[in-house]
Amino acid sequence: MKMRVINLIKRAAAVLLFAPAVALAAGASVHLDKAPVSTDPAALQHGAKLFVNYCLNCHGASYVRYNQLQNIGLSEQMIRDNLMFTGEKVGDLMKISMARDDGKVWFGAAPPDLSVIARSRASGDGSGADWLYTYLRQFYRDPARPTGWNNVIFENVGMPHVLWELQGEQVAKVTENADGSKHVELSLAKPGKMSAEEYDKSIADLVSFLVWMGEPVAEKRKTIGTFVLIFLAGLFVLSYALKKNYWKDIH
Amino acid sequence: MTTKSQAVLNWIDERFPLTSSIKGHLTEYYAPKNFNFWYFFGSLALLVLVIQILTGIFLVMHYKPDASLNAAGVPVAFASVEYIMREVPGGWLIRYLHSTGASAFFIVVYLHMFRGLLYGSYRKPRELIWIFGTLIFLVLMAEAFMGYLLPWGQMSFWGAQVIVNLFSAIPVIGPDLSLVIRGDFVVSDATLNRFFSFHVIAVPLVLIGLVAAHIIALHEVGSNNPDGVEIKKKKDANGIPLDGIPFHPYYTVKDIVGVVAFLFFFSAVVFFAPEGGGYFLEFNNFIPADPLKTPPHIAPVWYFTPFYSILRAVTYPLFGLDAKFWGVVAMGASVVIIAFLPWLDRSPVKSVRYKGPIFKIALVIFVICFFILGYLGVLPPTPGRTLVSQICSVLYFAFFLLMPWYSKLDKCKAEPERVNFK
Repeated sequence: MKMRVINLIKRAAAVLLFAPAVALAAGASVHLDKAPVSTDPAALQHGAKLFVNYCLNCHGASYVRYNQLQNIGLSEQMIRDNLMFTGEKVGDLMKISMARDDGKVWFGAAPPDLSVIARSRASGDGSGADWLYTYLRQFYRDPARPTGWNNVIFENVGMPHVLWELQGEQVAKVTENADGSKHVELSLAKPGKMSAEEYDKSIADLVSFLVWMGEPVAEKRKTIGTFVLIFLAGLFVLSYALKKNYWKDIH
Repeated sequence: MTTKSQAVLNWIDERFPLTSSIKGHLTEYYAPKNFNFWYFFGSLALLVLVIQILTGIFLVMHYKPDASLNAAGVPVAFASVEYIMREVPGGWLIRYLHSTGASAFFIVVYLHMFRGLLYGSYRKPRELIWIFGTLIFLVLMAEAFMGYLLPWGQMSFWGAQVIVNLFSAIPVIGPDLSLVIRGDFVVSDATLNRFFSFHVIAVPLVLIGLVAAHIIALHEVGSNNPDGVEIKKKKDANGIPLDGIPFHPYYTVKDIVGVVAFLFFFSAVVFFAPEGGGYFLEFNNFIPADPLKTPPHIAPVWYFTPFYSILRAVTYPLFGLDAKFWGVVAMGASVVIIAFLPWLDRSPVKSVRYKGPIFKIALVIFVICFFILGYLGVLPPTPGRTLVSQICSVLYFAFFLLMPWYSKLDKCKAEPERVNFK
């Protein structure tokens, strides 16, 4: 409930202050699925597990320390036992050993650091979470690509579908719309370890973790903000009364 | 006051004009009693200036103006901002206060300037206040532009690239001038370091000096008011304006109300929407600067977009010079022309309350054009949008350049003898 109220306030503020944002889409706009972002510790922990297992080999999160995962309800021991595989210390940054130059050669572009990826992927089309949620569910088989994979909203992406064993293999049927734009229809050709619902839920958790990582302080910020606004509202009443009192002899 | 503290005060007063300054600027500075809502934004601009300076001091303690890549392949400057956001205690708050403060500064300054337009605050004898104010606005734009480079994100980098390149359109000196501004042939570490130096030292010094001049000039001639009549014309036996009240305590307590209300909205953004919907912190700016990857669409931050639209609206070359050059001239002129208002307005009255319908219509058209230009400035250009921005640019300049005629023609009402209050 609290979250919903906060979201509502946020929405209202966004609409009032930044009305033109809706029209800000630069270039062709894409349809993004709404990401069911969660702040639930269990979801974030599941997301963290997926992140260190599947992402943190090529992508770093070089502004985040392992022990900061304590903020999503893990103990230092749990982090050490479950999320750290090489010789790092728990206070280390989530860096990777792959050299950027190698990444450039291997994938065509160095895999970006993912610390703030959820913030940078926002656009007029939707939040960064929406983009990631759509992106990670829309890989399909494409023999024309060196990795064998392509993506609906990130055409000719350098990244292969690292989660394929979970999702399975999708194939695309490309049709042309009346206006000449492409329409891609995906269907599951070979099922993976997870059902479609399980996979979507896992991606939602992973995206929730990426959102958390983009701004770990976000929840605290909103909590503090609520108190700040209540305080200022009270102060407003007092300051207004003070003004009224001083001004009563001005005619 | 006890005799001892009186003695201390006397000792100071014999050496420094303390008591007389407090009297001259606060307790015996008489301001018109009929200030309305629009009169909050001057003190609020001062408040935001203080917020920016204080938060800036703390940001400089941890920010590193360094474009080289760290071990993880991220530019040090970009990483240092994230370090502030994550590891410096309270750093996220300081940073959001500063980034939101930048946009808030322009919001309050635009409203403050609009107040001047409404009530003719630029008219004699306040021409110098207005000129200092225009200079403050210009310097503020430079300050914001240079500050925006510092996070070293994609928009920082490419925005700076586009704007600095504009200077190269100036004939003869242009290419060298843009080279001096950048300190390099492209925006680079040299640019980042000199912008940092300008942003934290040179420009703030100029800004504070101009703000002081703005206020000193104001206190010399006294404030205008929503009726646009001079309160100094009617004084009581003691030489105190009949419609004047001491700034302190009356306007200090009133401004506190404005400050608290402002802080409420300011905090709402800082704590609940610090990205400002992608306008206060652009989404692309969370991607580290990459000189090899040009973003598909480069938009300046919202507060520059009206002027940026005017720049883009100029699409014809003239006298053998590039359209780009004339665009820069038009953009510069659109800001500088504001300074000439005191001499463009020939109306017999100052305040919109007593001005005729022509001025009111002109002002409404001007404001609408300003908003449309601002809106178009964030969008990529299309032929239709360019045409609209050309029409709006012409109307923008017409508001100023035709003012000597329409302000004279206008059917004004008679100003009252005294201010209206309640």
